[in-house]
Amino acid sequence: MIPASFDYVRADSLDQATGLLERHGDGAKVLAGGHSLLPLMKLRLAVPEVLVDIGRIPGLSYVRDGGDHLAVGALTTHDEIARSPLVGSQLPLLAHVAGQIGDPQVRHRGTIGGSLAHGDPASDLPAVVLALRGTLVLRGPGGSREVDSEAFHLGFLETAVAPDEILTEIRLPKMGELGWGFEKLTKRAQDWAIVGAVAARLDGDGSTAIALINVGPVPARALAAEAALEAGSSPAEAAARADDGIEVSGDLNASEAFRRHLTRVLVGRALEKALV
Amino acid sequence: MSILGNRVLRREDPKLLTTGGTYVGDLDLPSALSLTFVRATIAHGRILGVDSKDAKRAPGVVGVFTCDDMGLAPMPPSMAFLNQAMARPLLASGVVRYVGEAVVAVVAESAAAATDAAELVVIDYEPLAVVVDPLEALKDETLLFPEVGTNNCFELQFGHDDRFFEGCDVVVRQRIINQRVAPCPLETRAAAALLEGDGRLLFYSSTQSAHGVRDTLASSLDLAKESIHVITPDVGGGFGAKATVYPEDVVTAWCARRLGRPIVWSETRSESMLGLGHGRAQVQDVEIGGTRDGRILAYRIDVVQDAGAYPAIGAMLPFMTRTMATGVYDIARAEFNSTSVVTNTVPTVAYRGAGRPEAAAAIERAMDCYAAEIAMDPGELRRKNLIAADVFPYTTPTGTEYDSGNYVPALDLALEMAGYPKLRADQQARRRAGGSRQLGIGLSSYVEITNGVPEGEYGAVEILPNGKAIVRTGTSPHGQGHHTSWAMLVADQLGIAMEDIEVIHGDTDLVPRGVGTFGSRSLQIGGAAVNQAAIEVVDKARALAADLLEADVADIVLDKPGATFHVAGTPSISRGWAELAQASLERAGEPLMAEVDLPTAGATFPFGTHVAVVEVDTETGQVRLVSHVAVDDAGRILNPLLAEGQVHGGIAQGAAQALVEEFSYDAAGNPLTGNFADYSIISAAELPSFDAAFTETPTPRNALGAKGIGESGTIGSTPAVQNAVVDALSHLGVRHVDMATTPERVWLAIQAARADAGNGTKSRKGAA
Repeated sequence: MIPASFDYVRADSLDQATGLLERHGDGAKVLAGGHSLLPLMKLRLAVPEVLVDIGRIPGLSYVRDGGDHLAVGALTTHDEIARSPLVGSQLPLLAHVAGQIGDPQVRHRGTIGGSLAHGDPASDLPAVVLALRGTLVLRGPGGSREVDSEAFHLGFLETAVAPDEILTEIRLPKMGELGWGFEKLTKRAQDWAIVGAVAARLDGDGSTAIALINVGPVPARALAAEAALEAGSSPAEAAARADDGIEVSGDLNASEAFRRHLTRVLVGRALEKALV
Repeated sequence: MSILGNRVLRREDPKLLTTGGTYVGDLDLPSALSLTFVRATIAHGRILGVDSKDAKRAPGVVGVFTCDDMGLAPMPPSMAFLNQAMARPLLASGVVRYVGEAVVAVVAESAAAATDAAELVVIDYEPLAVVVDPLEALKDETLLFPEVGTNNCFELQFGHDDRFFEGCDVVVRQRIINQRVAPCPLETRAAAALLEGDGRLLFYSSTQSAHGVRDTLASSLDLAKESIHVITPDVGGGFGAKATVYPEDVVTAWCARRLGRPIVWSETRSESMLGLGHGRAQVQDVEIGGTRDGRILAYRIDVVQDAGAYPAIGAMLPFMTRTMATGVYDIARAEFNSTSVVTNTVPTVAYRGAGRPEAAAAIERAMDCYAAEIAMDPGELRRKNLIAADVFPYTTPTGTEYDSGNYVPALDLALEMAGYPKLRADQQARRRAGGSRQLGIGLSSYVEITNGVPEGEYGAVEILPNGKAIVRTGTSPHGQGHHTSWAMLVADQLGIAMEDIEVIHGDTDLVPRGVGTFGSRSLQIGGAAVNQAAIEVVDKARALAADLLEADVADIVLDKPGATFHVAGTPSISRGWAELAQASLERAGEPLMAEVDLPTAGATFPFGTHVAVVEVDTETGQVRLVSHVAVDDAGRILNPLLAEGQVHGGIAQGAAQALVEEFSYDAAGNPLTGNFADYSIISAAELPSFDAAFTETPTPRNALGAKGIGESGTIGSTPAVQNAVVDALSHLGVRHVDMATTPERVWLAIQAARADAGNGTKSRKGAA
């Protein structure tokens, strides 16, 4: 479990970090909590030339009240999110999900920015951000830009973050008392979900968003089920369409057929909780 | 008052829990080199060429070696009855037979340099046809050893009778997969070797048998045993898989001799998952026949054992399965047939129970299938067929002589502790309510064999001139707590305080002989040897005291609380252990000491009943273990704290096999569960608090009355949990679910049962 040789730079500022990324291009990787990247490096599945450690850049770990939304700094750990009173009252769904990621060690090291930027469809947080129509703030050498969550996940482990960009902030609309449901089936408590589902009532038009965890190669919304609800279907009828139009993968823990079944069951349960 | 039977805290723990143990990987050996291996990346292939030019030129590299460079003979299967033609080269020679097999050894100044250089070795393979499934291997179409002409490496037949099921109203059949699992000790394999000043080889090993390592190294390297000194530092678990020597151990020693510098080999977890042997891996076909009112008359089991690529202990597991085939039941006729075959997978070895969990799982599943067929409560069916307490020693139809047993009380106590009638009522209520969370109750009444290897053990007790005692044992603890238990035994015999008793193990220079720790043998043979040595040292001391006190030896008594000897009736004039040890040195010129090579009086047979309760989500297939009751009888219990620790760990591992653990390959022989992200070792989060109790039925086969407890938890728990999962689904028509009872298997079993019901057919088949 020894990674290939690499250079390591600890960045003191975002400008320095993006400058390093610009200089090294594809050969550089951003290191935050390291809980996804380091295992891949130890297995030599990832062989970066340079690690740019952003973990000690000040001012990237926070939860701020932005009026109609909460802004969460990219270096905020899952544990900090789970324990934040502000998240607990305004985004209880996020606090709940963050509190169930992996195990305590993972939650104390892993960050929301790392989880999103890694783009793993098996991770829980991308589904929450997708469901809530979050906004992601990316900082590059030329400044910051905002990306809608719908446009963020491009493929398996592939996101809108350019090689010289760093995800700095995640903005999520406040939910207050709106209903939500989160279901995940894991083999063991610490495992990634075999399948997970997030359902959340949205403010404004009163619609319900549904996002899926570890169903296909990219974090995805269950658009057919959402549309069914919109058209007046019951939660059970909508859940029966949860895997419609979704690319579903099979693996050791679930064949495609079983995963489709689980998707329908767990979306149904998440909807039951969200729509009480 | 005796200390025996008390909950004495483990004296090993303060160090392990504070400053930490010293494992092989922690040794600070000046100028040591690191050894790593280039391993096969395909399951079966001819080696066309090995290009190690770049590796040899890489920074820090000291040596790159192939099998040809070493010139050592292959290791034949360790047991003579296994097919000796299927010998294992120390590094793959000509052919690789499983993914993970070591092909090239790379030695460098650091582990990082060795790992980097290993990446530069290029091996050119010609792929050969792969056989992963043992049932396919049986056909001998794809051969691992074409020159041998078969994949069969060991077979057994016993008890065939054409009129086997005569008189049976009911015969139930079931195919059962006892899946391949990985033992996963927290400390992976590790060894270090160096040459001492006098030219002897000093070998540090993470093993269950220091003397076994010494002897195997001697034969593999063609050295005299006396020229090898083996030390086991702290060992972080073995579970049977560290009971034997691996090729990498021999290569480590060879490199130290070749290069003249200390060598350290400490594998990674990813290597360990493909290097340490695997366990279980049987396909079983069971048939049980009996009367409509629940009297078993005949039991047949056919086993195909997956031996992996090279026959090792795993290949002979069916022998143990046959030994324990009929379990706790009084069955008139039994038949056992087995074939062990080689496949392109990691070789199988002993893993916590080693052949006995497979026997228990088979008959306990068969019992529940039979109970379902005749609609009898599984508890009642078991009680009706248990071997009666008054027939011991009892010889089973497969020829095993059980020493002692009293099975009914263990069953009754387990059912009482579990609140069995209420559980059944709760289950009925849930079934009537029809929700998605159904309750399952699983029973397992088991008996197993401990100290089954027909070897004795060495134990010695020496009194130092300061009155303290040193104990030397041939056992090789790796988590069991022998330093605590042996000190208890000696303190009880000598009256010397436990803190003044030092236990020495796992050093072949300090302990002259030894067999090791496996097969739940240690207390009943190694502890008994130490106990006997303590008795003999008391006898010697009594004779010395008689001399010093000018009295008849028959009149000398040991005052244990005072740790002194005196003449009966005259306690004021006494001699302590220090005085006697000094007197021995002065008078006889030898230490006050007794050495015992205790021969074994035969195996012992612990037993018990476990009751598991699971909740199964019939929509997702997820199983949650809600509670687990274990009533185990390992004869007389020396230290309930240690015994419970063994039971708790055993239940965790046994439940893990039933619920989550499974080592999987794809059809090309690629491992799919080669790290802890994919291979599910169980954690506390998946387990309830266990409810464990003991009954105590002493064995007559050793002075302590003790049987082994190290593996009972695993043997009893697995079938209980599996039976509970099936029980939760039985009202849906499910008759069997193979292990691991993963969500998908449970879901498939329900789907299959529904399809059967829809077709109007009745089937006993579960999901594959």
